[in-house]
Amino acid sequence: MSLNVSNLTIHHGAICAVNSVSLALPTGRLAAIIGSNGAGKTTLLRALSGLNKPTHGEITWMGESILGKKAENLVRRGISHVSEGKSVIPQLTVKENLELGAIWRRNKKELSESLDQVITIFPRLGERLAQRADTLSGGERQMVAIGRALMSKPRLLLLDEPSLGLAPLVIEQIFQIIRDLTTSMRITVVLVEQNAMGALKIADLGIVLNLGRVVAVDHADALIANPAVRAAYLGY
Amino acid sequence: MIQLLNTLLIGITSGGICALMAISMVLVWRSTRVINFAQSGMALLSTYFGYEAIVNLKSFWIALPVAMIGGALFAAFIEVVFMRLLVKHSSSGPIASVAPIIATLGLLGIIRAIVSMIWGGQDVRIVGPLSNDGFTIGGETLVFSPLKLLILISVIVLMLLLSILFQKTNLGLSLRAAAYAPEIARLSGIKVDLVRTLGWALAGAAGAVAGMFQTINANGYLSPYSIEFSILLVSGFIAAVIGGLESLVGAVIGGLVLGVSVSFILMYVSSSLGFIAPFIILLIVLFIRPQGIIGAKAARRA
Amino acid sequence: MRKHKESSHLLPFILGGVVLYFLSGMVDELRVYQGASIAVYVVAIASIILLTGYSGQVSLGHGALMAIGAYAAAVFRIEFNLPIVLCFVVAVLVAAIGGALLGAAAARLSGPYLAGTTLALAISLPSLANEFAVLGGEQGLLFDVGSAPLSLGKEFTQYKWFFWIAALAALTSMWLLQNILRSRYGRNWRASRGNEVAAQLAGINTARSKILAFTISAGIAGLAGALLSMTIGTVSPSAFPLNLSFSLLTGAVLSGLSTLSGAMIGAVVLVAIPEIAEVVAERIGSSENITTNLPGLLVSALLVLTVLFVPNGPVEQHHARKAKKAAKKKELNILTKPSMEGNT
Repeated sequence: MSLNVSNLTIHHGAICAVNSVSLALPTGRLAAIIGSNGAGKTTLLRALSGLNKPTHGEITWMGESILGKKAENLVRRGISHVSEGKSVIPQLTVKENLELGAIWRRNKKELSESLDQVITIFPRLGERLAQRADTLSGGERQMVAIGRALMSKPRLLLLDEPSLGLAPLVIEQIFQIIRDLTTSMRITVVLVEQNAMGALKIADLGIVLNLGRVVAVDHADALIANPAVRAAYLGY
Repeated sequence: MIQLLNTLLIGITSGGICALMAISMVLVWRSTRVINFAQSGMALLSTYFGYEAIVNLKSFWIALPVAMIGGALFAAFIEVVFMRLLVKHSSSGPIASVAPIIATLGLLGIIRAIVSMIWGGQDVRIVGPLSNDGFTIGGETLVFSPLKLLILISVIVLMLLLSILFQKTNLGLSLRAAAYAPEIARLSGIKVDLVRTLGWALAGAAGAVAGMFQTINANGYLSPYSIEFSILLVSGFIAAVIGGLESLVGAVIGGLVLGVSVSFILMYVSSSLGFIAPFIILLIVLFIRPQGIIGAKAARRA
Repeated sequence: MRKHKESSHLLPFILGGVVLYFLSGMVDELRVYQGASIAVYVVAIASIILLTGYSGQVSLGHGALMAIGAYAAAVFRIEFNLPIVLCFVVAVLVAAIGGALLGAAAARLSGPYLAGTTLALAISLPSLANEFAVLGGEQGLLFDVGSAPLSLGKEFTQYKWFFWIAALAALTSMWLLQNILRSRYGRNWRASRGNEVAAQLAGINTARSKILAFTISAGIAGLAGALLSMTIGTVSPSAFPLNLSFSLLTGAVLSGLSTLSGAMIGAVVLVAIPEIAEVVAERIGSSENITTNLPGLLVSALLVLTVLFVPNGPVEQHHARKAKKAAKKKELNILTKPSMEGNT
């Protein structure tokens, strides 16, 4: 198991947003966390990348505890987080946005290698490198956001609602790319999604959160087949 | 014709000094979302550092970097011990929106009081490296002088260096990213707190140059409650507002617009409007284009 | 929120006046003069509390508005030989007009912009005095309110007369402000300060409400300016330096920006600080440089410390601490119940 979460509890003031959540994820697997609004998905994800401070519990990554470590240091340990809502900096160019992801490495050669790699994955960004990010379409911005995360050569990629606000065709494309990242590059991925069906289809493992608690964990296919989950989250 | 050119050059010189001050205010605004009214106090202290260096080392060209380094260190110190505390403590009640403003004013008072405790309230003098007597062209003596020309060239060089720093280096990219989107910057591995302190240090250095040049551009006299530094503060603020407060390019344009228009008003309308003209320009800008004369979109560009 | 009884609340102010009357007969001349200064500061600080504490606008330029009031009073006194009461009324009116103009610009501006704009005003306006001969240039104008009427007796000194005028003006303006704040306008200000959009949705014209606050505040500041120059005897640009605006702001912050009655605290501190500084300087037996700058340092340090540690003033802080304790109890109750709602 490369990522291990045990008994994690997180409070927002007096409200308990995540309540004794445990999960384990082997290297190179894709876990989808689904659940309704306010289930604690984003809070959980932000704790994994160091943006939130948990109240109790433990998180280990590659056998070492990362609890309470700062986000800027976790990037150096291979954990990249793409936060909700096309997290790009609109005032910067596409190239600058991408370079940000590798800025802590201070190695020009590695940087240009990573840039080439990202452009191979998202060819469309290659044509738009000099453009400001606010001239891009929603789907392109999401590509920049994921591309930036990839620039830091992550071993664990945390994605928060990459499908938000995108057209169905674009969503399918983005999900396909995310699947390829795990399959071909052996990146471990935790994907938080409202689009439960789309996420479970590409995931290995599915986790259903409700009011901060894990209510179901299973193989993604099994969850899709589970009548209760279908009724509550997949809408049929 | 020569008079026109003279007026323009004087305006550009004082505008360039304003622009440096505006840059330091914009840098602080972008990194901490505070208009730092203590910026003039910080520039004042740095200029006194420069004065000490001139007295002891007898060279303006050593004094300038001394002032810059002193200003940078002091600004970084203020950010670490003062602003972080302020951000932590003042977040509620009717005072929340005015607390940073009031706190930086208090800081200005403290700095000025300490400076006059150390150096006394009397004038001291900083002599520039060149003569401030105007050029003579065709028997006519202008206000524009070799010293002003030197200031003008130095300001241009500094701005070029700054723009290279911001556009071409990793530090520049970190500074911009941390200013626009601190969370994304953190997620990219940028140590945002450190970068913020560096932003303040850079602002302190820019303010130091503005203070040194403002002093020698006037008459070289320096005192803790000198009106020159209040003018520098206000005109830096006005230039930053003209430029839209977010943009370094805007700050430079704002400084030039302000400097040149004040220079023309002084030359062709009345020479006693020096204090009131910038205020009127500010009011006009605020009424016509509160977002600054560079459109909101273009102004975001660093 | 504490409830106020709806009445004109005249009684406490009359009582205060009576107490001051007897007090002024009991102390020496210096104290009487300091009493007059405190009364002047009370008026000036009240004008800032009204503007910043209640209407949420910040002004670093109240020194300039005070200058407007002072010059107006002096010019009318000299040119038209107006009775002294009318001079103060003129000071209020002219400064209020200035405030209305500034307020119209201010209503469009948010915090830092407004602060910078008023700061620019504070720096640029006093220099205008050099532009017009009628304002007397650097030397300024004499402002003589005359000596006390003979009917008050021979013993009645000039300083006591200053004190009476200033104290009466302070009591009157506090009483007026208290009533304005309890009126519809006061409620509108508090509503707009809390949440401008919500106030607009509730039908409050927030821009007009802000301009009104600025106008009234400027009028009161104008009165304070006229009173200040009465105690000095002259009106000149140097009587209204940038530091005056800063001191007033310090006084207002020390008083607690949201309690009008706290203006007294700030005023007393501002007057006391030079004395305290003198004592401290004597103790440490320091050089002249330090002695002359100690008051400035103390004022500024106090300002910073207040903003950092008692941001809402000593009075409000006390109430807030009580409220916090009560809230904590409630919070504990919530925690013990099972939480019904999650949150991401």
